[in-house]
Amino acid sequence: MKHFIDTIKSTYGKYKVIVWIICSLLLLIFPALIPSNYVMGVVCRILFYATLAGSLNVINGYSGQMCIGHAGFFCIGAYIEAILATQYHINFWVLLLVGGIITAIIGGLIALPTLRMQGIYLSIITLGFSEVVRLIALNWTSVTGGAMGVKGIKSPTLLGFTLSSPKQYYYIFLVIGIVFIFVTNRIINSRTGSAWISIREDELAARSLGIEIKKYKILNFMYGAFWAGVMGAAYAPYTRYIDSTYFSLDEGFNILSMVIIGGQGTLIGPILGAAVVNSLTELLRSFSEWRMVAYAVLIIAMMWLRPQGLVGASDSVLAGDKMKKKKIKVLAKEEK
Amino acid sequence: MGTLLETQNVCKYFGGLKAVENVDMKVEKGDIFGIIGPNGAGKTTFFNICSGFYAPTHGKIIFNNNDISGVSPDKIARLGMARTFQNIQLFKYMSVLDNVKTGFHIKTESTMTDAILHTNRYKKDKEYVNEKSIEVLKKVGLSKYAETKAGNLAYGIQRKVEIARALALDPTIILLDEPAAGMNPNETDSLREFIKQLNEDGYTIVVIEHDMKFVMRSCNQILVLSFGQKICEGTPEIVKADEQVHQAYFGKGIIAGKGLQ
Ligand SMILES: Nc1ncnc2c1ncn2[C@@H]1O[C@H](COP(=O)(O)OP(=O)(O)OP(=O)(O)O)[C@@H](O)[C@H]1O
Ligand SMILES: [Mg+2]
Repeated sequence: MKHFIDTIKSTYGKYKVIVWIICSLLLLIFPALIPSNYVMGVVCRILFYATLAGSLNVINGYSGQMCIGHAGFFCIGAYIEAILATQYHINFWVLLLVGGIITAIIGGLIALPTLRMQGIYLSIITLGFSEVVRLIALNWTSVTGGAMGVKGIKSPTLLGFTLSSPKQYYYIFLVIGIVFIFVTNRIINSRTGSAWISIREDELAARSLGIEIKKYKILNFMYGAFWAGVMGAAYAPYTRYIDSTYFSLDEGFNILSMVIIGGQGTLIGPILGAAVVNSLTELLRSFSEWRMVAYAVLIIAMMWLRPQGLVGASDSVLAGDKMKKKKIKVLAKEEK
Repeated sequence: MGTLLETQNVCKYFGGLKAVENVDMKVEKGDIFGIIGPNGAGKTTFFNICSGFYAPTHGKIIFNNNDISGVSPDKIARLGMARTFQNIQLFKYMSVLDNVKTGFHIKTESTMTDAILHTNRYKKDKEYVNEKSIEVLKKVGLSKYAETKAGNLAYGIQRKVEIARALALDPTIILLDEPAAGMNPNETDSLREFIKQLNEDGYTIVVIEHDMKFVMRSCNQILVLSFGQKICEGTPEIVKADEQVHQAYFGKGIIAGKGLQ
């Protein structure tokens, strides 16, 4: 196995440029290769959730805070787009940014009073926040349409073209996803990123090094919320109709399950998580209720065997001493 | 030389427990200042107050002419105070080099925007941190462990890594909480040399230590705590001769006098 991985790595190293060109080309012409609109729809969902789960991973995976009400941020972004686009006819591309920024500000406001709380308490607050947002969406009828939701959300246009089918929307989700990965990667590898990671790894140590815990936790929350807002704004015109049922706690757990299964604390983790969970959803569609049981079992197994997720950060507190034990086992075997 | 760190009537109560009670201390620039006392005397609590992790219940802490009573740890770190912990708080899943790099946080200032755009300030920070952290490792003699995961190192070396990381803050004073705990006599000896060297390089050092020989040999001033209170302060000779110190450590009479030689 190790040999196999090494072979792949060295081959990749040799043909790096070619691999990249081929991958980019494949991604570019992908919709042309897939005739089925149904499959394209699933691909779009994977791309979409990859970024949404990625934004949650910034919070849970990189700074070690435990947000489980991510659907709330997603909801805010979606309603901002839906309302401003249908009532004030503001441009979709502008609304992407507006949705992100407003959601980020709200994220900051949520983070502020919860700073002193840790672990499960922060989780409960974010859970409550998510429900409050959903209830506002459901009951503030004059603005959100209440139970009727917002209908007829316009598809975005670009250079005169209307982007509405999954084949076209694929490119929107792809570009947003690439920008997200690019920007997040740069931040993670910067002073800000290492401050986040140091808080995750050992908050006491981080404080002793002069790292402003509060500032960086808020910044982290805002950054994660920003991208959830952007994804909400991108999502509303994709479905063309939203109502509060889209943003239930179930949706929050859905996003969370992708992060937990795919892996926390790495950029690739949530992408894999989105692919695995959404593919499973399709495969198990005919088993309806049992599907949720399958997820639950998968998540429990994951937390038990590999708490950092399939491709999560193995060298971190996320993996805990699980990895260490394994290492010792390996060493013991080698000694024999 | 002037006073660098001073506490006046500092108290810390946990509910009814008086962990630290009316402690006065004066650390002069250039000191190697020892704090000793039996288990539970309040030494660590006293350190936590000085470094901002606890706010004092009463009293005042003055560092470099700034009143830092109740000021947050990050601000105090920026004023030039670094510390280590009794139960080693390393980023144990990070390499030794990354541990030290993280220590340079307050010495750099690039923002998120700098990182996204890869501005000059970002590049300068990266270069500075890379260069300086290698320098620190060399100075502390840990270069060969640069890529080793901190948690995989022996206890004694981990303590040194924690000191190296503290040095990254470029502090004027370093508080060490039982740096020799878990070390064998050889390691303890080399640690003493190391602390002497740091002191000669211009760092003022305050050290909590149980190892009496270590304290008596290294420190020029010693503060003795017992049940939260200061029972003695002075040079090693004064502390050695002090009746109350003997009582605190050994009870009255019997074997008094043996342990402090
Ligand atoms: N956060 C806290 N809450 C309540 N009590 C505390 C707290 N921290 C310390 N104490 C108590 O304060 C007293 C002093 O503890 P401290 O850790 O400062 O002693 P110490 O001198 O460092 O001891 P040791 O030599 O064992 O490290 C102890 O009785 C301890 O139980
Ligand atoms: Mg202690």
